[in-house]
Amino acid sequence: MSARLGTGGRLIDRAAGVEFTFNGKRMRGCRGDTLASALLANGQTLVGRSFKYHRPRGIMASGPEEPNALVGLGEGARFEPNQRVTTTELFDGLTSTSQNHWPSLEFDIGAVNDKLYRFLPAGFYYKTFIHPRPAWKHLFEPIIRRSAGLGKAPTEPDADRYEYTYGHCDVLIAGGGIAGLQAALVAGASGLRVLVLEQTPHWGGRAPVDGDVIDGKSADDWVKSALQALDGMKNVTLRARTMVSGVYDHGYVLAEERIADHTPGDGRPRKRLWRIRAGRIVSATGALERPLSFAGNDIPGVMLASAMRDYVVNFAVSPGDRTVVVTNNDDAYRTAIALKEAGLVVAAVIDARAQVTGELPERVRAMGIRVETGRGVVKVKGKKFVTGVAIGLVTGEGAALEEIACDAVAMSGGWSPVVHLWSHCGGKLDWDRKAAMFRPDRNRPPLTLDGTAMVYPAGAANGALAAADALSDAAEAAGAALAALGREAPSVAAAQADSVAEGDLLPVWIMPEGAGPALKSKMWLDWQNDVKVSDVQLAAREGYVSVEHTKRYTTLGMATDQGKLSNINGLAVLSGALGADIPAVGTTTFRPPYTPVTIGALAGEARGDIFQPLRRTPMHDWHLSQGAYMEPVGLWQRPYCYPRAGETHEQAVNREVTNTRERLGILDASTLGKILVKGPDAGKFLDMLYTNVMSSLPIGKCRYGLMCNEQGFLSDDGVVVRLTEDSWLCHTTSGGADRIHGWMEDWLQCEWWDWQVYTANLTEQYAQVAVVGPNARKLLEKMGGMDVSKEAIPFMTFAEGTLGGFPVRVHRISFSGELSYEIAVPASHGAAFWELCHRLGADLGAMPYGTEGLHVLRAEKGFIMIGDETDGTVIPQDLNLDWAVSKKKEDFLGKRGQQRSFLASNDRWKLVGFEALDGSVIPDGAYVTAPGSNEYGFRNAQGRITSTYYSPTLKRGIAMGLLKNGPARMGEVVEFTSASGGAGVSAKVVSPVFYDPEGEKQNV
Amino acid sequence: MSDPVAALNGAQSEGFVRVREIGPVGMITLRAKPGTPGLAEAVKAASGCDLPQPRRITHQGGMSCGWMSPDEYLLILPYHGVAAAMAALEGGLAGTHHLAADVSDARAVFRIEGEKADQVLRKLSPADMDTVGEELRRSRLGQVAAAFWAGEGGYTVVCFRSVAGYVMGLLTHSALPGSEI
Amino acid sequence: MLILECPCCGVKAEETELSPGGEAHLKRFGPGSTDEDFETYMFARQNPKGVHFERWRHAYGCGKWFLAARCTATLEVFGTYPAQTTEPPAELIAKIKARRPDWKGWK
Repeated sequence: MSARLGTGGRLIDRAAGVEFTFNGKRMRGCRGDTLASALLANGQTLVGRSFKYHRPRGIMASGPEEPNALVGLGEGARFEPNQRVTTTELFDGLTSTSQNHWPSLEFDIGAVNDKLYRFLPAGFYYKTFIHPRPAWKHLFEPIIRRSAGLGKAPTEPDADRYEYTYGHCDVLIAGGGIAGLQAALVAGASGLRVLVLEQTPHWGGRAPVDGDVIDGKSADDWVKSALQALDGMKNVTLRARTMVSGVYDHGYVLAEERIADHTPGDGRPRKRLWRIRAGRIVSATGALERPLSFAGNDIPGVMLASAMRDYVVNFAVSPGDRTVVVTNNDDAYRTAIALKEAGLVVAAVIDARAQVTGELPERVRAMGIRVETGRGVVKVKGKKFVTGVAIGLVTGEGAALEEIACDAVAMSGGWSPVVHLWSHCGGKLDWDRKAAMFRPDRNRPPLTLDGTAMVYPAGAANGALAAADALSDAAEAAGAALAALGREAPSVAAAQADSVAEGDLLPVWIMPEGAGPALKSKMWLDWQNDVKVSDVQLAAREGYVSVEHTKRYTTLGMATDQGKLSNINGLAVLSGALGADIPAVGTTTFRPPYTPVTIGALAGEARGDIFQPLRRTPMHDWHLSQGAYMEPVGLWQRPYCYPRAGETHEQAVNREVTNTRERLGILDASTLGKILVKGPDAGKFLDMLYTNVMSSLPIGKCRYGLMCNEQGFLSDDGVVVRLTEDSWLCHTTSGGADRIHGWMEDWLQCEWWDWQVYTANLTEQYAQVAVVGPNARKLLEKMGGMDVSKEAIPFMTFAEGTLGGFPVRVHRISFSGELSYEIAVPASHGAAFWELCHRLGADLGAMPYGTEGLHVLRAEKGFIMIGDETDGTVIPQDLNLDWAVSKKKEDFLGKRGQQRSFLASNDRWKLVGFEALDGSVIPDGAYVTAPGSNEYGFRNAQGRITSTYYSPTLKRGIAMGLLKNGPARMGEVVEFTSASGGAGVSAKVVSPVFYDPEGEKQNV
Repeated sequence: MSDPVAALNGAQSEGFVRVREIGPVGMITLRAKPGTPGLAEAVKAASGCDLPQPRRITHQGGMSCGWMSPDEYLLILPYHGVAAAMAALEGGLAGTHHLAADVSDARAVFRIEGEKADQVLRKLSPADMDTVGEELRRSRLGQVAAAFWAGEGGYTVVCFRSVAGYVMGLLTHSALPGSEI
Repeated sequence: MLILECPCCGVKAEETELSPGGEAHLKRFGPGSTDEDFETYMFARQNPKGVHFERWRHAYGCGKWFLAARCTATLEVFGTYPAQTTEPPAELIAKIKARRPDWKGWK
């Protein structure tokens, strides 16, 4: 059983006790513990159940590669599932719960799956549960979903806050081990901006644990002096607890900083997402130890050899009293030494190699530890904890030569450089046969914007595992990065480490090599997704040859650890099964993030009120104070209607429409686009932009215009006013202002750059108020300041002046068919002017109306709306707007497109009105049916509804729509589809102008 | 006529730096190419400022002129001085191709003040704040366009009026105590 | 996430400050053009694995459109230049040829 040792522990403060709970059980740890070391110190070796078979699982690793020990952290609004205990810093009051078991961690019903493994092989969900079809949805899927899966999603809104920050540096160094620090010392001396990020709270990486001696000092002391030197460099920024998650194009790097994970509720943001632009990136991300594939390698108590060393040295935690070390390399002997020096028993070192003569093994032998060579573990004994190992010939078939009692097993299958950051943007790998590892191929690097290498691997991440090699490699990598930035490498000598000569590793991918099916079905490759040697071999037998396909079929490496421990072993087993070379099979793609990044960090500040930039008019607060029901129009917030007490939205809309028709309606039209176009060539330019002629518009007049894209399809509409000899103000749709301004600038900058035209988007300079209805003029007269008579401002003209003391531009335009003035006033006066309209309009029957009222009013008049009557496939002629399309102009945007045969055809669907025979409102989007069906068996259609409303003016439903050859079919009765598929409405084809067809009301 | 009202009516927040909306501020968009005859003189007459070099902003007596693009300047002056400045521009540039428009009401202006004011912008803008220096930088704050420049113990930030509330929210959030970078 | 230097204001803008505008140097065909020419103008686009000329707008910046030459496979940027031109500058073409000897030319 694991326990806290009486002395030691370089990272813990024994005097500072910390209380925490695991599954409700109160436990004690020390400040400096990870949750993993604290659990082990409390003897908690069983920490979770596996994904598929619900096997008991313990802690395997000491870092982010941990596949098993995931817990739910915190409670309520601070609950976070799937947190790795190995990277969770312990704090007072921490609560954690294990995952994926029911009813309890100790007794789990799902563990029956373990007995059924024969029926749950690789790809079982592709093969099983297929028939009968309905059973998947109603029977299999619900059961599988309940029994599989990891943590539960949080149920409350996150109590913490998150943020982004943008970072800029010349050299980014990912990793704060001795290689990263060495690279920083070199890069920092150049004076360039250097940012060093380390995922853990500690600097120095593995070197202090491994007992390296650097420049004659202990690794700890060397790290301290390196940090001191770097602290003194103003151009170097060091940041711990910051995990580089991904490298992207052109030196873009994402990193997640854990600010308050270990100090919850202290008022700081929980996490910060760094969005970094780096000139060059030094990847000093170290290496990960590989497990070995022997039967029972998932039983709690089996641990990576290096992790075991970490727990002993860093946290003074013994993983067990009596440990067997299994290895194929010299490095694992460091664990045997560390255990022995901590006063623990090492029952034996089982080494797969036949000859073991290196310095480290000799030291181990000298300590009196038994070393067995040419042997491997045949099987680990135990269920919820290790009770012993059976050992046998590594080349054998699994006959046990001996059983050795132990309560912990340390395994080491060699090391894999962490090549993720090198690979994210396409850096290629080489298979190093001697070290049995993929390492970055410096000749095929990921490239940055100037076509040169973007990432420089350093130290263990480059395959330089020994401290001495790692330091010189890192100094060289930093120098190369500086050279790429045009800087000479400063004369900073690499630190020197005492090196221990290590013997060659013997690749062993299945232990023992001749193991039969019974053993292979208990050899785990991927712990988190429960993928075993037998699964990968089955995939190969079933014809999978690509490592990418095998990954998806078996789910190898697809869990939250993304195969950090499993990928190399898995592909080695696959290549063995295929009889192919490992480099020929290749690796799967390394994709960001390196370790999971919480959604909160990715969302950053974009939550709640600042989730998105809602646009508000100057009258916004007034609308809210009047209880307006707001709707989004693009990013604008506009009142849909202003319901009064007891009114439904529908009733409110009807009241607003009727009041506008009969008395006085007031609309906030501030969102309307307003673009100033000025210059000697402005008229010529607008004649190209609009389908009709704008250059001939007299000063002081307004003209409705249409804009099309080059295909000829309608893109926007609005009223253009001629301000002066050389300036026009173009009104666009509310949603179209920025797009149309951009469209104008595109043509002016990229096609007609010699034309003398300037534009300015003045949309937000003015609040715009539509004063609409029979009493509109009376209201303006009451305000006083300018002549608003029919003679002074006839229909489709404008005038500038003052109203009620406000500087205004008054347009006589109407989108409702009523007497209407649209009044532009500087936005800073918008709210005051709006309030004045209501104050003075009170005894004229003034009421505000919203966007839905606006829609009903315009539909009653048959006015089209961009986005309703148009959908990107409609030309002006389809909407009977031929009158607004110039025949005389040689050219305008869209003219050539409209000449295409299918757009010029007489068979187009064209705008008409529809009146349901029963007076009802025809469903929006309903199709006009036609006889027969098409090649896919769908009913033929000959038209569709584009706008449909209840008209309070006509007291019946009205609709506009497109109908094949529509205008020639007035009076005809057509049938509509219904949403239910049953019989639809019958409707008469009528003129789309339902109200005041002569236009007498607006021109008074 | 009532007094002009800024988008947020002078909202403020206190974090590790102070954020406040200022204004209304007078602003004129002036579109003209640098070589336009009379341009420098007209800008001088309107604002007292020299014509700025690319990406720079010049200041004189409380008024400023910022370089916005190769053919656009932004004059910043007291709200009630706009009419006179417009008249000066139109007088100086009469007969030459240009566009001058009052945009005072189309904008919201903020000040971020305090020792770490730059950190607020570092969180929101992809601009490299180490190199912005004396520049008027047009970039992005969160999800909207904005321009900012350093001076007088902090930064001045300009955005569109309709998103003033959003930008105030961004600046306030980014300046919350405890979130110093 | 590209970085392109805007030739109009000199800012090294990152992709979130830019909006893309598709292929550069298209020739507009208006009324009177043949169906084939119009179709080419409207729909026919290069999609090379390699050197490509593109339109970008410094949307969250000076607002100007500019053109960029970029390798679509490696994302190497050969250069950016103002939009007021019907073909890439000669120096840029020379630079691309030096970097990509097998390149067949811009048109």
